[in-house]
Amino acid sequence: MIKTVQLTTPLDDKILETLKIGDKVLISGKIYTARDAAHKRLYELIKNGEELPFDMTGQIIYYTGPAPTPPGKSIGSAGPTTSYRMDKYTLSLLTLGLKATIGKGQRSEEVINSMIRNKAVYFVAIGGAAVVIAKAIKQSKIIAYDELGTEAIRELEVENFPCFVANDIDGNDIFMTEVKKYQK
Amino acid sequence: MREINVNDLIPLVKKLSIDANYYIGEDIINKIKEFRELEESPTAVEILDVMLENYKLAAEERMAVCQDTGSAVVFVELGQDVHLTRGDFSEAINEGVRQGYHSGYLRKSIVNDPIIERINTNDNTPAIIYTDIVRGDKIKITVAPKGGGSENMSEIKMMTAAVGLEGVIEFVVDRIKRSGGNPCPPVIIGIGLGGNFEQSALLSKKALLRRLDERNPDPKWDKIENEILQKVNKLGIGPQGLGGTTTALGVSILTKPCHLASMPVAVNVQCHAARHKSIII
Repeated sequence: MIKTVQLTTPLDDKILETLKIGDKVLISGKIYTARDAAHKRLYELIKNGEELPFDMTGQIIYYTGPAPTPPGKSIGSAGPTTSYRMDKYTLSLLTLGLKATIGKGQRSEEVINSMIRNKAVYFVAIGGAAVVIAKAIKQSKIIAYDELGTEAIRELEVENFPCFVANDIDGNDIFMTEVKKYQK
Repeated sequence: MREINVNDLIPLVKKLSIDANYYIGEDIINKIKEFRELEESPTAVEILDVMLENYKLAAEERMAVCQDTGSAVVFVELGQDVHLTRGDFSEAINEGVRQGYHSGYLRKSIVNDPIIERINTNDNTPAIIYTDIVRGDKIKITVAPKGGGSENMSEIKMMTAAVGLEGVIEFVVDRIKRSGGNPCPPVIIGIGLGGNFEQSALLSKKALLRRLDERNPDPKWDKIENEILQKVNKLGIGPQGLGGTTTALGVSILTKPCHLASMPVAVNVQCHAARHKSIII
């Protein structure tokens, strides 16, 4: 039986302590999109001690570059992109209070260790389920780097956004434990 | 000699670009259903169900099955008795891609320069076009959008005959193992064997055009494809890498003769959203 947990942003440590790898989570509230190019810019801002486009405290970053919004929709197809490309930049964001990231694929050991230290988690959304996910996104607005197009930072209003806990705050890793179960 | 106005190709390429991204092939859907019945992980079953639901919704709502609508890879089989007139053939293909990606609300994922500038070209061009000259007076055009996540997990290795078939299989299986959840499993594995460095890579991509309900016509390679598929599905990676018995939906091998010193092996990893649409003119 898969356990399902409802989450509302911003996230606090108390709820994160209850999450275990394999749990299905349905996220509601505001989350932020950023992928390769936006991460590079956030990283530069942090390095130069400049202000970020949004406060990281308790927030979730979703790694996605959505398709253009068709008429009558709140957003275009918007599934996750592969997370390891953001690993290099994630460490400093976690230090600033980022509590969760959503993407696909496994994270580096450094990121996992940083998640333990900073009490943060990593969720996996289903890659290629871009229309199902778009339906959980009720509003979308660009808040930074408009010129990056699909790679701009967007603030999304989501309702029951579906994903799975892949790394919990105790450092458990679904990619290690679950895969072993089905190895033959 | 048959004359074909290149401008007539534009609306056709436009439609292929859109249809490929909205409507996944029945062969993919059927294969996912088949594997779902055998899947041992409850999470994997749920993920496969969501994928099927997504394909259905994408077609109903006319939206891209995946936000990564890919590089526009275009395969052309050009009949040698065709005379292309009234413009530039490649530009006509690019214009079709440009129009399709614009009016289909497909994502533009191409940057102008690989390293220094990386500025989005904003129309998903240039397309990657491969042309083969064939007999006859027809043109076959296939548009195969290819996502970046799975392409990044692809690899080519210049092996030698000494490693044998065993070495090749080991390399392919290891490639999928190292990819984990990154390429959006369940994947389809295109393998190009032989030729030279660049031909093996092209073969591995062309191998992905074979439908999942079609088998390799050569029983020898059909058997090897099955062996690789069995091995890969014993890795435990499962859908999205979250564990399970459905890591790959199919393996497709294309081969060519090669130099006596070489044995090039290319693995092109394809996510479950394997998209391609063709037309014969």
